[in-house]
Amino acid sequence: MNDTLLARNVLALADDSLLLGHRNSEWAGHAPILEEDIAFANLALDELGHAQLWYELHQELTGREPDETIFFRDAADYLNIQLVELPKGDWAFSMLRQYLFDAYENVLLAHLVNSSNARVAEIAAKQRPEEMYHLRHTAHWVKRLGLGAAESHRRMTAALNELWAYALQLFAPLENAQALTDANILPNPRALQTEWENQVGAHLTASALAIPAARAPRAKSRSEHTAHLRELLTEMQEVARSEVYGVEW
Amino acid sequence: MVITLAEVWRALDEITDPEIPVVSLVEMGIVRDAQIEGDTVIVTMTPTFAGCPALRVMRDSIVEKLTARGAAHVEVKTVLTPRWSSDWLTDAAREKLKAFGLAPPPKHGGNAQLFFPDQVACPYCNSTDTRVANHFGSTLCRAIYFCRACQQPFEQFKAL
Repeated sequence: MNDTLLARNVLALADDSLLLGHRNSEWAGHAPILEEDIAFANLALDELGHAQLWYELHQELTGREPDETIFFRDAADYLNIQLVELPKGDWAFSMLRQYLFDAYENVLLAHLVNSSNARVAEIAAKQRPEEMYHLRHTAHWVKRLGLGAAESHRRMTAALNELWAYALQLFAPLENAQALTDANILPNPRALQTEWENQVGAHLTASALAIPAARAPRAKSRSEHTAHLRELLTEMQEVARSEVYGVEW
Repeated sequence: MVITLAEVWRALDEITDPEIPVVSLVEMGIVRDAQIEGDTVIVTMTPTFAGCPALRVMRDSIVEKLTARGAAHVEVKTVLTPRWSSDWLTDAAREKLKAFGLAPPPKHGGNAQLFFPDQVACPYCNSTDTRVANHFGSTLCRAIYFCRACQQPFEQFKAL
């Protein structure tokens, strides 16, 4: 029973990283400065690498190959949170989204390295130092933009007000996930949220950004998606799906 | 089987990281183990950065090279434990990186605080009057620095 439940939770982790990586890749050639063009391409590639590790574990648990899981699954069956499927927006929006997610991953991975499941623990250990680099970069930029010019502060405030309720969904567990917490495979989401809010709250305050009042996640379930996910998948899956009809490389 | 274990290791030491063509997969610590079982050579490797796009090229290079040297079957396994550390780079490999224009990663002993040292010696003039120009570079494993002394940008192999 735990394997099926674990597979579903691992898939949620994989889908979050995959879609955030995909959205980050949309900055290639479009970032406001060359250094950030390079940074976002790297962030995208790292997230895809992390997604791949989770999809491989998902395959070990279910037998489904990563390519099949990624390219031949419809939006309704994706388990990512809405935060990562939203269009890239302006650069403040993408930077802040990445920061909120990086802060979450750093808190999450610090727990997962001690998971009672050895595969979960080793995958988390592999990702953790790379995520430290991400957080260092994005935390630096959040502060720079928050404390920067009136325009950068205005855009960051708008992004934060939009993103906050979406980010809170990071801590809404999948159904029956309590069994995995009880088995010390996954951490308690309430504890994660407290740690995340303490860290993120202190950094946003130091960046002159006010924490929004929203306390409820934007979506209740990881099966609820916006129309943006369907659009993203249509583009991402197009080539793989057309190959079925005889396209050869 | 017409290839010996010693020949396997020699062949593996000739394969370079496609993104850093001056150090071998053995010097990088990417190849963890090699065994011969029957007519199959089993090579165990571990990734540096999880998303490194060179991994597949490395895997293919191992199969191609060992097959050319007489291995009937080659199996490449990937493991994550123990986690790859840039501390594993040999001193000889560090010198080669420097000669290639890539500042070697600082030895960190697992201390994450040291991952981004403020001052890294410039591989061109050895000055430590340098600053981080970007936390990310042309590959996942590189950061960009600038040397105030010789006014050159340079890349650093990130500590991991």
